[in-house]
Amino acid sequence: MNTTMLLEMAAEALGDRVAIGSRSGGTTYAELLATARRGAARLREQGVERVAYLGLNGPQLPALLFAAGAAGAAFAPLNYRYTDTQLAAAVAALAPATAVLGPGASGRITGVAAADVLDANDSNDNHDAFVAPDAVAVLLLTSGTSGPPKVAVLRHEHLVPYVISTVEFAAAGADEAILVSVPPYHVAGISSVLTSVYAGRRMVQLPAFAADAWVELAATERVTHAMVVPTMLGRILDELESRGERLPALRHLSYGGGRMPLPIVERAVRLLPGVDLVNAYGLTETSSTIALLGPDDHRAALASDDPAVRARLGSVGRPLPSVELQIRGDDGVRVPAGVSGEVWVRGEQVSGEYVSHRATTADGWYPTRDRGHLDAGGYLFLDGRADDVIVRGGENISPGEIEDVLLEHPAVADAAVLGVPDTEWGERVEAVVVPAGAPPAEPELQEWVRARLRSTRVPARVHLRSALPSTETGKVLRRVLRAELSAAAEAIR
Amino acid sequence: MSELPPPAPTAGLRLASAVCGTEVVVVRVADPAAVIECGGAPMRAAGTPPTPGAAPAAGLDGGSLIGKRYGGVDAPVELLCVKAGAGTLAASGLVLDLRSAKPLPASD
Repeated sequence: MNTTMLLEMAAEALGDRVAIGSRSGGTTYAELLATARRGAARLREQGVERVAYLGLNGPQLPALLFAAGAAGAAFAPLNYRYTDTQLAAAVAALAPATAVLGPGASGRITGVAAADVLDANDSNDNHDAFVAPDAVAVLLLTSGTSGPPKVAVLRHEHLVPYVISTVEFAAAGADEAILVSVPPYHVAGISSVLTSVYAGRRMVQLPAFAADAWVELAATERVTHAMVVPTMLGRILDELESRGERLPALRHLSYGGGRMPLPIVERAVRLLPGVDLVNAYGLTETSSTIALLGPDDHRAALASDDPAVRARLGSVGRPLPSVELQIRGDDGVRVPAGVSGEVWVRGEQVSGEYVSHRATTADGWYPTRDRGHLDAGGYLFLDGRADDVIVRGGENISPGEIEDVLLEHPAVADAAVLGVPDTEWGERVEAVVVPAGAPPAEPELQEWVRARLRSTRVPARVHLRSALPSTETGKVLRRVLRAELSAAAEAIR
Repeated sequence: MSELPPPAPTAGLRLASAVCGTEVVVVRVADPAAVIECGGAPMRAAGTPPTPGAAPAAGLDGGSLIGKRYGGVDAPVELLCVKAGAGTLAASGLVLDLRSAKPLPASD
């Protein structure tokens, strides 16, 4: 059992169907498998243990992922936003890794061209290596928003159960196509390849995200499915609005990978009324999705007069049937519905393992470091990262609730709330705000928060910025902001 | 030449039918002593071709479907069919049921 088995099944059942690219002229499942097998033979011949892939989204990505899977080599996609120095460090951290360079990446680090691995025309297709289920399939550098990045380990025995327990084999219609625009080094960039192949859903790849290119490709390729992160969705909706484009073929849009502001979801429903919306919550360490708010949940929440049901639009839905999920207090003991704590999960797809250490307990539970609570119906609401919790005078304050309130202010386009070292309180609340137009006055925002939350939640300072530092997938780099604000606080003292 | 005993089932193990083209992967094991069968004959390590001339036993020729799971509430194992064939899947003489799963909405 390994990830390439998923492609072998698709090639067996749907060999002539297009797997990647345009409906005419794209690569079929049978062709993708043949390419992956040639690549596997080459990787094995050269004794490659880890493939460090540098490149944008493109047909080489699935081919190399499956080639590595069949060869029993780990696939480690690298962040092409890194500087050349950072890239060299990442390859060193992944040793013994061979860098494989996709289009546009040549010269950035030392390595071999993807084309040379995949298009080998030697007759050696000795690809049938035995790959143990516990062999490493994928190594991913986590985004490291709250600390330095870690190398997460996903084994075939995590990824394959994830796919076969969440996706019905070959269930996609021949007309279905998914637009993949998350970068290869994001867990969704990997899981979308595996789940799309297993479903038999054609992949249309956007090399790198830009809203206008996304809308254009979705329209031309009559894309039916897509997965986006929150920042992408906001920009896509702007683009749809300004063009008057409504993407009539689109029927399924999933979003995840960060906190989605409610106004954007409501706007998506307004602009794309016939589209099924899915909010997915998952982590790199859990092989992607562990909980989801499905299309029916969205409709029920939007139609309900019950505030508790309506509020579920801001939840990430319920855990997958194949995943156990609990909220636990700081003492590690499970807390009842309605009480906030840390999200713990267990299941076959949960790795919780890094190159440096394993974060799971002996009985397989993984503490996600995400904070949240469950409602009476089992819907999960996330409050933010455990490491981001502000401890002010012994009181735990979740930045998320203050950020949500700030985002409701008409003059606020974006907001991040952080704890800054404070001699009196241990930490004090400060906010960094991106104005939507004319900059709002600090006292006005402080009063806005005070009127809606407790006085302990009021930011002691509000800093204005033109943009928040963020990862490419829209997660705010809190460690960068924290360092800046702490340095500023130090300078004042 | 005497035949090797069938491998003990462990999650991830891939097996081939001795009597048809069926191939499976073991997904879950409740009884590690279970003998996994197809068409009435024990399954063998993947890569072993079907015995020439062999065919599923009468009544055990219901076939297997690619991408489907086979098991049951009290079944000793759960299997995923990765290659279809003519034989019926069973474990220690107990015919395994085709498991229907409620599909989840796509999230990746």
